Amino acid sequence: MGALQSLPDEFEYRDLSEKTGFSFEQIGILHKRFKQLSHNEDTLRRDDLNTIPDLSCNPIRTQIIEAFFDKRNFHQNGEGTVQEISFEEFLVVMSHFRPPALDMTEEQREIIRREKLRFLFNMHDTDNDGTITLEEYRHVVEELLSRSGALGKETAKGIADAAMLEVASISMGHMEPDEFYEGITFEHFLKILKDIEIETRMNIRFLNMDTTNLCK
Amino acid sequence: MGGFSQMKLAVNFLTIGLVLLSLPCGSYTEIPPKPPGSVTVLPPVKPAGGPQAFPDAENSNLPVFTMNYPRIQVPFEVTLWVLLASFAKIGFHVYHKITFWVPESCLLISIGLIVGAIMHSVHEEPPAVLSYNVFFLFMLPPIVLESGYFMPTRPFFENVGTVLWFAVVGTLWNSIGIGMSLYAVCQIEAFEVQDINLQENMLFAAIISAVDPVAVLSVFEDVSVNEQLYIVVFGECLFNDAVTVVLYNMFNFVAEMPMVEPVDVFLGVARFFVVGLGGMGFGVIFGFVASFTTRFTSNVREIEPLFIFMYSYLAYLVAELFSISSIMAIVTCALTMKYYVEENVSQRSCTTIRHVVKMLGTISETLIFFFLGVVTITTEHEWNWGYIMFTLLLALVWRGLGVLVLTQIINPFRTIPFNFKDQFILGYGGLRGAISFALVFTLPDSIGRKKLFVTTTICMIMFTVFIQGISIRPLIEFINVRRTNRNLETINVEIHSRLIEHTISGVEDLCGQWSHYYWKDKFLKFNNRILRKILIRDNRAESSIVALYKKLELQNAMEILDTVSGDINAGSSIVPLHEEKKGSGKPKRKFVAADLMNMHDILSKNMYKIRQRTTAYTTKHSLPNDSRTKEILIRRHTSIRRSLRPGSLNGPNEAKSQKYFSLPPGKSLDSKFPPQRLRHTGNDDDETMSEVDYPSARSRFNQPSRSSSRAMLPLRRLNTLTEVPSSSVVDLVDERSGGRGAWGRGMSRLNSSSSDSRIPVPRHDPSNGPDNGSSGDHDSGDHRPEGEQQPLSPTPAWAAEPGERDDSGTQKPLLRPQWKTRKP
Repeated sequence: MGALQSLPDEFEYRDLSEKTGFSFEQIGILHKRFKQLSHNEDTLRRDDLNTIPDLSCNPIRTQIIEAFFDKRNFHQNGEGTVQEISFEEFLVVMSHFRPPALDMTEEQREIIRREKLRFLFNMHDTDNDGTITLEEYRHVVEELLSRSGALGKETAKGIADAAMLEVASISMGHMEPDEFYEGITFEHFLKILKDIEIETRMNIRFLNMDTTNLCK
Repeated sequence: MGGFSQMKLAVNFLTIGLVLLSLPCGSYTEIPPKPPGSVTVLPPVKPAGGPQAFPDAENSNLPVFTMNYPRIQVPFEVTLWVLLASFAKIGFHVYHKITFWVPESCLLISIGLIVGAIMHSVHEEPPAVLSYNVFFLFMLPPIVLESGYFMPTRPFFENVGTVLWFAVVGTLWNSIGIGMSLYAVCQIEAFEVQDINLQENMLFAAIISAVDPVAVLSVFEDVSVNEQLYIVVFGECLFNDAVTVVLYNMFNFVAEMPMVEPVDVFLGVARFFVVGLGGMGFGVIFGFVASFTTRFTSNVREIEPLFIFMYSYLAYLVAELFSISSIMAIVTCALTMKYYVEENVSQRSCTTIRHVVKMLGTISETLIFFFLGVVTITTEHEWNWGYIMFTLLLALVWRGLGVLVLTQIINPFRTIPFNFKDQFILGYGGLRGAISFALVFTLPDSIGRKKLFVTTTICMIMFTVFIQGISIRPLIEFINVRRTNRNLETINVEIHSRLIEHTISGVEDLCGQWSHYYWKDKFLKFNNRILRKILIRDNRAESSIVALYKKLELQNAMEILDTVSGDINAGSSIVPLHEEKKGSGKPKRKFVAADLMNMHDILSKNMYKIRQRTTAYTTKHSLPNDSRTKEILIRRHTSIRRSLRPGSLNGPNEAKSQKYFSLPPGKSLDSKFPPQRLRHTGNDDDETMSEVDYPSARSRFNQPSRSSSRAMLPLRRLNTLTEVPSSSVVDLVDERSGGRGAWGRGMSRLNSSSSDSRIPVPRHDPSNGPDNGSSGDHDSGDHRPEGEQQPLSPTPAWAAEPGERDDSGTQKPLLRPQWKTRKP
């Protein structure tokens, strides 16, 4: 619990709280966790995350970890990746998972939707060219299925292809045979996932309780 | 409307018939001396006078004609009642608008009222079947088994805390609140009910706290309100039955005690937990045993479903034996075994299980509602304005308060809190139903004011079911409750749902926060590593994405199959016409559509069904919606598809996919996916094969010399499909082909194009099985250009869609486009 001494003061917390919307308690807890992960350093590296035992069984571990080092998830116009992140960036990425407020206007809801979907989109779009190409999509599906045993890569490919065809047929409607669907843009991404109610699903309930001791 | 009036007539006739029949039986019921004390008991076996009632009166000659009604009386009457109730249900559904606006329970009660009125007018006693034992041993288990079995598992576990919170604490809140305040009301002298003591009030309050919102759930289903609200109402109604029955037994016991000491209260609380948790424990044990048993039933498919029922019932009975919560036991048993059992049993057994569970549950409930109507008229009432009005009022108030307070407490713990609209609907949806009635009706006679309780409960049920039940649909639509779109059946959505889940559980691990995703993750690991290995015969974990992909793929294949086989069927019988009028005329799509519908029916009746990954929400009165997923016999399907693919299917598909994704030539999407679900057809193999090999004399006969054997083979195979249930399609075709030529021309064109493109099919042997997929594809790759070179006239859009599909345009993206984009 040496982490306690190095916690920032109230003022810094207020700053972070305004920026990310977390409460002070939540920031405190997350900060502890951050320290725990980074072994009391001020920055967090990929290796720190790669060694979390709870995470080791997650099929899309690499994508999740990458998302934390992706500049696009820090602010609007970021690009590229970083080697290490500070606590502030850690919090900003976390804030994508904050549950929405109880009463939202339709506009707010739409903004949150876009934000959360953008996060997912960025997970797919590794080369940051604004489209999810078939290769990228295949990669994600392969990773997703990599834990389900006997299914080969071929199956994953087939599924990704079918999914891509589906996107093409939904977003482009009727296509001429010589047309080429080069990849999923964010607009198409919004369109195909418009039914998924992401604002109610992609949430984490950030507790006000300290559970860091329990986590490995 | 002819059907409707007929049905009404039938119902009326049956009602009258029943009443007439029950006339003589009334006189017989007098014969056995009614056992004193107990409410009503199944009329016992006949008295000692011997089995015959009639022959004694006559001389001792051998009777030529005898009638022994008493011997069959009980099952006979029960059968008639069930039949009557079932007819009533048919009647409602003939005219849909009624059940849209008025919940079915209202209609059932109304019919019951009418029957009761008739019986009352002829001074007939209601059948004496509903006793405590009958209700708890025979009527209740099917109802709760049904709810437990069809509980939507995923949302339930996501909201399990809230569900239990409302079910347990909410019911306690209601019982205690209503009980206490009713006791206070009883102290008012003007109402003349001072003799009802606290215990009896509490007992009564426990009874009327059991909400049973069947009607609300079906409305929720129709307007697809948000998942959270739905599952909370569903789970609440299920688990508060359990709580209510525990409370009921407890208070029933307490009500007969002269004095209640403080220690009894503590014992009561302790007992409450023992009963509840004990029930769960038994349920889980029996659930696992049942799953384990079904691992070995592959050779006794006929009795497979039986295990499910016997084990759940056994769980129920054993729990009764130890007087712990039997409802909890049967519900947890159903929840536990469902997942494993449905993996283990054959598809048919699975369907059977679902049907029977649904049927038994529906019948029980129908009977109770029906009976409620009858009893309302025929029983003696004790009307007390003050007591009844205050009960109605207090029940409403406490329910409303309870929802408000309990949501305030639970909201901080929920990821998605309930807003005010949700709370309102939650409170307003607290209808009372079958359970309350049955409980109050089976109260022991030692309760002094039993009649008053019965009357009040009936009023309560009538009030909530009729007024709240009817008004809730307009209300939901008026205040615009948040809704959830539940038709998410695209691969992308599925992939992303999983992606989100994994991401969330990953990020939770990362930031050290736990929620149900964490536990879900852990449970899945445990499940895959240990439970599945023990409980499931063929333990290949299957990703839900793969399951959905298979389903969609087969759906598409089905459609194409439908289209093609319909056309071929039609075509085969019109080939002579085709020769005369070759290459002329326009396609008539009307017939194709009609024919397709037929084919559709036939296919869906006879083919293998892809297992659904999740159950849809169900109302209490309908099976989960399977109509969307087409049933397909996988072996047949693959063989047919293979035979179709090389020419007509694969060609454009490849061309397209080449363009899009640069797939290597000769490989198509579906070849990547060898069907793996053959295990279910294991038992059906012989039937399947015999059907496939079925020599179709008709098609052979109809083949003109021009059609090559190559073209004939697929025809023959497809024709077998129609042979199975009836040959009506083909007959229809023949008949029409004689009458009109116009569509025949169209069909003939279709036939020509399809058979032409099928020429290069190298192998047709269906017994080759799916493992020759790669080689078949290879061949197809070689032959494809040949097929493409066939001069194709502008293709009529012969992939005419069956009417029912038009809402699901987004659902079959896989193979659909190539049919349409085909160019000359």
